[in-house]
Amino acid sequence: MAAAVLGIIVFAVFPAWGGDPPKVLGTKQTLPNGLVWLHSQQSGLPLVTMQLLVKAGVLQEPAAKAGLANLTAQLLLSGTQKRSAAQVAQELDFLGARLRAAGGDDFATVSLTVVKKDLAQGLELLKDVLFNPAFAPAEVKRTVAQIHGSLEADEDEPGVVASRSFARQLYGPFPYGRPVKGAPEGLRAITPKDLKDFHRRFYRPNNSLLSVAGDLTLEEAQRWVAQTFGSWRPETGPAPALPPIPALDKSKVTVINKDISQANIVLGNLGLARSNPDFYAVQVMNYIFGGGGFSSRLVEHIREKRGLAYHVRSDFSPGLEPGPFVVTLETKNPSAREAVDLVLGEMARMRNEPVAAQELEAAKSYLIGSFPRKMDSLDKRAGLMAYVEFYGLGLGYPWRFPDLIQGLTAADIQLAAQKYLHPDKYLLVVVGKQSEMPSLTGLTPGGKEEKQDEPKKSGN
Amino acid sequence: MQTLARPGRIFLFMAFLGFGLGAALFPTPPGVAADLFDQVVEHKLANGLKVLLLKESRAPIISVQVWYRVGSRNEELGKTGLSHLAEHLMFKGTAKYGPKVFSRLVQKAGGQDNAFTSRDYTAYFQNGPKTELKRWLEMEADRMQGLQVDEEAFRTEQQVVVEERRMRTEDDPVSFLMEETMAAAFKAHPYQWPVIGWFHDINSLTRDDFLKYYRRFYIPNNSTVVVVGDIDTPEALKAVQAAFGSIPAGPEPPKVTAQEPRQYGERRVVVHREAQLPFVLMVYHVPNWQEADAYPLEMLNRILSQGRSSRIYHHLVYQKRLALSAGADYAFDTADPTAFTLYAQPLPGKTAEQLEEGLEAEIEKLQRELAPEKELTKAKNQIQSQFYMSLDSLFFRGMLLGRLETVAQWQLIKIFIPKMMQVTAEDVRRVAKKYLVPENRTVGVLSPIKTEKTRAERYRPGGTIE
Repeated sequence: MAAAVLGIIVFAVFPAWGGDPPKVLGTKQTLPNGLVWLHSQQSGLPLVTMQLLVKAGVLQEPAAKAGLANLTAQLLLSGTQKRSAAQVAQELDFLGARLRAAGGDDFATVSLTVVKKDLAQGLELLKDVLFNPAFAPAEVKRTVAQIHGSLEADEDEPGVVASRSFARQLYGPFPYGRPVKGAPEGLRAITPKDLKDFHRRFYRPNNSLLSVAGDLTLEEAQRWVAQTFGSWRPETGPAPALPPIPALDKSKVTVINKDISQANIVLGNLGLARSNPDFYAVQVMNYIFGGGGFSSRLVEHIREKRGLAYHVRSDFSPGLEPGPFVVTLETKNPSAREAVDLVLGEMARMRNEPVAAQELEAAKSYLIGSFPRKMDSLDKRAGLMAYVEFYGLGLGYPWRFPDLIQGLTAADIQLAAQKYLHPDKYLLVVVGKQSEMPSLTGLTPGGKEEKQDEPKKSGN
Repeated sequence: MQTLARPGRIFLFMAFLGFGLGAALFPTPPGVAADLFDQVVEHKLANGLKVLLLKESRAPIISVQVWYRVGSRNEELGKTGLSHLAEHLMFKGTAKYGPKVFSRLVQKAGGQDNAFTSRDYTAYFQNGPKTELKRWLEMEADRMQGLQVDEEAFRTEQQVVVEERRMRTEDDPVSFLMEETMAAAFKAHPYQWPVIGWFHDINSLTRDDFLKYYRRFYIPNNSTVVVVGDIDTPEALKAVQAAFGSIPAGPEPPKVTAQEPRQYGERRVVVHREAQLPFVLMVYHVPNWQEADAYPLEMLNRILSQGRSSRIYHHLVYQKRLALSAGADYAFDTADPTAFTLYAQPLPGKTAEQLEEGLEAEIEKLQRELAPEKELTKAKNQIQSQFYMSLDSLFFRGMLLGRLETVAQWQLIKIFIPKMMQVTAEDVRRVAKKYLVPENRTVGVLSPIKTEKTRAERYRPGGTIE
């Protein structure tokens, strides 16, 4: 990628904002070891933020060791070959720096935010936790116990219980069906050796990308990046094979009984991957349907007109692989049926009728106009650069975006609805008090439907 | 909170419905940040409206905020939750901008609008393109007194808030415990009831209650307009004047005179509810920013709970492996003195008693031994670094100004750091001994009723759910 190596483009080096806005988010370069890194100078505050994305997410972990990717990330901060977990915490807090490591579906993130004067010490810590994690058995045990505890505490959150059941049923054995933090049996199976192997295999410069934003010139950033990450050794290995995502050929309804006052409703079907060209039509469609807050139809009909719910929205969560489409809402148990009927009715309307011209215009206008807010802080800037690079959108994406949206027509939106909203083939999970809920059967006249037990939870 | 976002689980004594702000207060180190707040332009219109403007041209973005000095603290028993319901009703439209028009116009420009209510204030904001400044100011001025809420709109919104309460509190055992504990800790002061209001109160509020309240508190001399971002400051001031200048001042709203009396002995609250894990809260009465002791109390808070090397995390979560989560919280910037809180949730197999003992041991140690100099230095470093980090958000800068001006005065930002830098180990020990004593505390314990794990009922094809 010669272009990437030569990415020091003159017009991209600019002092923060002001004057004519530049047409790229920052510069892109590649170290000899394959680490792609991005830089944007933002000089308002004496701060530096670095975000490292490592393709070491749930997609990369074996199903039998569910939770391995997240555990590996979390344990980076729990001690290195020369620093104990307590020392890492102590040094970090003494700087007042923020160093975090978190798992995810598509990637793990290690991020550092530090006052510029402390950058050397911050990077020394980052380097140590990234390259030399100890994965000491006692620390593994400790963190696994914490995750077990948090899985147990999650049972008190009906919305989480509903979402987990939904994902498990929608994806089956596919990794997106598992919680990022794993499940008890998988966690129990993980050994320190698994962690070391996973780290050795995936935490590699040619499997990562680094985003740097803050009070650093390009020259300064080059020096720090080379010094910190230059010695990182690349390695390649086979990508893990993924099982197929099961097809959903008819509607399925699951009710999980819990003695609470609201029905926590999750309804949806499979969505799309970030790389799918339908993404933009879907984005506009979802804004109008249930993603656009007070401008959305779901809020209009379920909250504003009928007062049935405080929270109701729809989301697509596109990843490297197709993410889910979900509607989430909470309403008092007796209203569950009415709310679900309204959601299905609005889904059908999106498919059957073209959206109104002013709705379409408002959606486009919001999506385009809100872009500057996605990059108005260091964290957001670094995050956006990492995102566009990870998903292959290019650093000029924000300036390309209006063209991707502007030309969409009501017919495009309707097609997207027909393709991605399925009021006759959906998955519905409701967590609430069953005895107070009306029947949830026969929701889709003419549609095929199957009701079933919640699959037995294994392991606890 | 008007928001549609699903809230996080523990919004502790973050006394408002809305944003979790993380660490308590936001001090000023010398240098860049102090200079930054030196640029605040302060003005008072003839009708009493306070105006705070701060230019920051990093992006072509502004944050417009209107802060009303009214929250659940200004309510009365039987009518609790009125402030928060009023916040929702503020989105119902005026003669000029019908229902939903306001939010839609903001969104159409790519902006975002919302609101939040706390014990001490109610605030409304728009974030987005700088080109919208005049329109947003004009819309905010319009709804300060021109709101139109008919009976039907009132009833519908009331039901939305009831659903909000179910989600936040009724169905969340930890939130429920927090409510119960605060209700026991305060008996004379309105901080005893939750911002969202008691369930039955929300249902029995009337449109007349709302109108009376709206006329009394939504007046220019009870509010502050904050604009932060890419503005021309003199032009922005003119725009505020043009939008709000003609609104007449109202009679001074009644003062809250209630004061919580001294507590003479520990109070305990136990909540028996279906839950997986217990939870423990310890709430102590302490002064707020109005007294010098607030600074060592804030330091105490940092030493106990800031970061993984803090005492509570290190000892209870890490070393002794007792807690799933544990920490402290101190409400420094409030209108009236509130609380210093310790909390902990045990890991499965550990008990609430063990955590109560563990938290107490930390307090006793602070009362017995001086904190090492290095630990104080660490806390001071954290305070400075975190201040810069918090300022990365434009919206947050505005919130800081608006909140401090509403509960105290915004200049508190400027003295906070110097005051914190002066705190000594002896000060910390002194306030620990003075306030964190058993007779001054209320302990709340969530004692789970163990039932079967949530599971799906048999769902017969073609059948109904019993």
